[in-house]
Amino acid sequence: MNTQALFGQLLIGLINGSFYALLSLGLAVIFGLLNIINFAHGALYMLGAFVAYFLLEKVGLGYWWALVIAPIAVGAVGVVIERLMLSRLYKLDHLYGLLLTFGLALILEGAFSHEFGSAGMPYSIPDSLQGVQNLGFMYLPNYRAWVIVASLVVCFSTWFLIERTKLGVYLRAATENPSLVQSFGVNVPRMITLTYGLGVGLAALAGVFAAPIYQVSPQMGSSLIIVVFAVVVIGGMGSIMGSILTGFGLGIIEGLTKYIYPEASSTVIFVIMAIVLMIRPQGLFGQR
Amino acid sequence: MTFKMKTLVAAAALALAGAAQAQISGNVVKIGVLNDQSGLYADLGGQGSVIAAKMAVEDFKAKEKGLNVEVIFADHQNKPDVGTQIASRWYDTEGVDAIVDVPTSSVALAVNEVARQKNKVFIDSGAATSDLTGSKCSPNTVHWTYDTWMLANGTGKAIVKTGGDTWFFITADYAFGAALERDTTAVIVKNGGKVVGGVKVPLGTQDFSSFLLQAQASKAKIIGLANAGGDTINSIKQASEFGIVKGGQNLAGLLVFLTDVHGIGLDKAQGLILTETFYWDMNDQTRAWTKRFIAQSGGKYPTMVHAGVYAGVLHYLKAVAALKSDEPGIKVVEEMKKLPTDDPLFGKGTIRADGRKIHNAYLFEVKKPSESKGPYDYYKLRATIPADEAFRPLKDDGCSLVK
Amino acid sequence: MSAERYERVAFAVMFVAFAAAPFVIYPAFGMQLLCFALFACAFNLLIGFGGLLSFGHAMFFGMGSYLAAQASAVWGFPIEAAILTGAATALVLGVASGFIAIRRQGIYFAMITLALAQMVYFFCLRAPFTGGENGIQGVKRTNLLGLVDLNQPLAMYYFVFAVFILAFLLIHRIIHSPFGQVLKAIRENEPRAISLGYRVERYKLTAFVMSATLAGLAGATKAMVTQNASLTDVYWTMSGEVVLMTLLGGMGTVFGPVVGAVVIISMQLYLAELGAWVTIIQGGIFVFCVLAFRRGIVGEIEAWLRHRKA
Repeated sequence: MNTQALFGQLLIGLINGSFYALLSLGLAVIFGLLNIINFAHGALYMLGAFVAYFLLEKVGLGYWWALVIAPIAVGAVGVVIERLMLSRLYKLDHLYGLLLTFGLALILEGAFSHEFGSAGMPYSIPDSLQGVQNLGFMYLPNYRAWVIVASLVVCFSTWFLIERTKLGVYLRAATENPSLVQSFGVNVPRMITLTYGLGVGLAALAGVFAAPIYQVSPQMGSSLIIVVFAVVVIGGMGSIMGSILTGFGLGIIEGLTKYIYPEASSTVIFVIMAIVLMIRPQGLFGQR
Repeated sequence: MTFKMKTLVAAAALALAGAAQAQISGNVVKIGVLNDQSGLYADLGGQGSVIAAKMAVEDFKAKEKGLNVEVIFADHQNKPDVGTQIASRWYDTEGVDAIVDVPTSSVALAVNEVARQKNKVFIDSGAATSDLTGSKCSPNTVHWTYDTWMLANGTGKAIVKTGGDTWFFITADYAFGAALERDTTAVIVKNGGKVVGGVKVPLGTQDFSSFLLQAQASKAKIIGLANAGGDTINSIKQASEFGIVKGGQNLAGLLVFLTDVHGIGLDKAQGLILTETFYWDMNDQTRAWTKRFIAQSGGKYPTMVHAGVYAGVLHYLKAVAALKSDEPGIKVVEEMKKLPTDDPLFGKGTIRADGRKIHNAYLFEVKKPSESKGPYDYYKLRATIPADEAFRPLKDDGCSLVK
Repeated sequence: MSAERYERVAFAVMFVAFAAAPFVIYPAFGMQLLCFALFACAFNLLIGFGGLLSFGHAMFFGMGSYLAAQASAVWGFPIEAAILTGAATALVLGVASGFIAIRRQGIYFAMITLALAQMVYFFCLRAPFTGGENGIQGVKRTNLLGLVDLNQPLAMYYFVFAVFILAFLLIHRIIHSPFGQVLKAIRENEPRAISLGYRVERYKLTAFVMSATLAGLAGATKAMVTQNASLTDVYWTMSGEVVLMTLLGGMGTVFGPVVGAVVIISMQLYLAELGAWVTIIQGGIFVFCVLAFRRGIVGEIEAWLRHRKA
């Protein structure tokens, strides 16, 4: 095996892993803290990419603006969804949350398909990130390097926020024992809403990262989302660090598979999921 | 009755029977545009095909010729079940005489069977599968516009002849991609080229960087994209990111449409080589037709699928008028094969015994952004493949209609 | 009205409605309705009575459809054998996937079934026998028992109707049997069922396999109706649709899935001219049902009848 080519593939795998990590992070935050499977995650990721496209096309604001505005805008949409719809379902079986978000995903994707067709909208890499670096064993596009670094920063910041700060402590306590925490004067419903908004914002951010290199189309989320679910299941559905590590790890494994046996690269993650479930049903980092 | 009288009566009866056959079913020639209005192929066909069909009816001057023609449409959502349901219902209970367009090969093949069973007409413009005029050919079906053989042959041969003789394939790992790769490889080898490597990629893969790296390492002059739709668009976008074209290799899109190039943007798609059978900017006639088309489509320019629907409907109506009848399907298609075709979009051509419409194919290269002077000004012509070479020879079809 | 009487009346209404249908609607459409109604009933067996939401039921429906089509078009089996082949395939697949999936419950179970179904989809995409994007065409309807010509729409319709009624009665039997009672007990309170000594995993797996087999039967019959099999049958959107049908009709009710299937399939066909709106409307129905209409159509009717009695 050509070690040069191998390094190249590993690096690519790491880059893909950062997308998986970002998206599964959002899902893990929402599930870990709210016990909701957010089926709309893929559609909201797509929404983030489209907001970036609109900002450029209609308002003339470029990539760097989109990085800030899109997550906030889509996060706001998430807040509305949570306030109006999800909050009514907390007392019920969690499966209803799944079904509701599934329906929302259909609405979003259907509406965008109707308006924009499927060939996709053009979106370019910002000028400051264009070009490639010659690393010797491969040419690495600058944009991809940016994606790895930015994702790592975002992932670890989120992890830090939730596991190590006071706000995070409140969030985790609020979901474990809402009435008790509420009696301490903490506004629990607001915490929950913010959490959902945060998770959704992360998805939208991933969408902005994706816009310059993947096709900005209404269907971009649905192909990705099922793989991300598998990642979250493997990592352990409530564990935030678990999702981050699993996301990167699976990206690398998938990258290797693409080099050694490309035909299997779309199914390898599911196969791993099946194996993990047999041996350790709670996932690699999950608690029973 | 004397013998003479009997003969007269018999003759009269025959004449009446003959006249009864030579009539239009339900007094209306009904054409159904069945395609994808909401999903993957909505831009390619969609409402544009309906506009094209209606334009054909207008241009044929049906009213003046005493023909009542109606155009309806429906969305098969890329599902063969929905497609067969709609087709059966249309043919059986709604008096539809001909179904046109139908992209998505699985639906096209299913509708092909329905049309055959019910002895109606099916004119396909959107689907790629060459089985429609091969192993699954039918006397009720005409396949217009393009097919996988033509794409493989057109692009492959023309590129090899102009110097692109080493190839690396990025193939979508399913029947369609494999067929495209197989057909193109045969053409490349036959014309003295070489395939130095390839990789099979699962359908729907978003990230091609890994495969593009392998293509770069192979140093092949041409990277053949044996895939379609979103896969192609992603491959091209990411190839530009990795500086593939700048590094001296060229991309050959084996199934790329104008709408895909529009979605990718010229800065990323420039230099891409592809084959189509119609381009709006070819000559004055196509330009005039396009002007009328975009007035109705809200500014969306026509694809070759739209052009195929227009030309197919026009020719169908000619055949119906000549026969003075729109049924049975077999007879109308026979008439379509008898009459030579002539329309402003494809020029002069014919329909062969296997149902294959024959016309020129064109090898295009996508312009650089600086070379584009207006909306949808995307292509420059690199070569014309004459009609008699563009499509699979009859003897290689495997079609039972070809003796 | 007692529960039993209600069930008999409802069954009679359904029976008569479907029996008379081909004279009112297009027979091929009626056959589609029956196949999907069966699919929804099979799915409901698992969620309504077993309490397990599967998001991957398309794999059973689709593989049943593919193998039946393969058996008929390529191996030349007569129609009865082809359908049985499809159902048997779904059974085997049900055992294999159930073994993996049953280990978890609730949301985890749903995610696992979704991922397993995706694997099946990718397998079907690449396996040569499925014909990939083209699907399997040329399925033949041989004469039933060598006697009845099933190419006549009416004859085929009543054949499908018979299959549906028999399967429906089978499901009814399962629900009201001792097995069904234990299943309900498990759904209501699993720890208590375990403490009573029931091998809960076994019951759930058995319910899973039954549901899978019947879904495969529905798929196999559908392949005979449309005379083809394609990738849409195994794609995850098909799994989502059957969930929608059952939710709309009423999860856990006996007749709900049938009503839900009729509404959704009719909508798909009659709104085909609206294109992407079909997806949007389906999403809207999901949202509406979850928020305000959880009992579904039949569930609401049944609640109203109970209320009247009181």
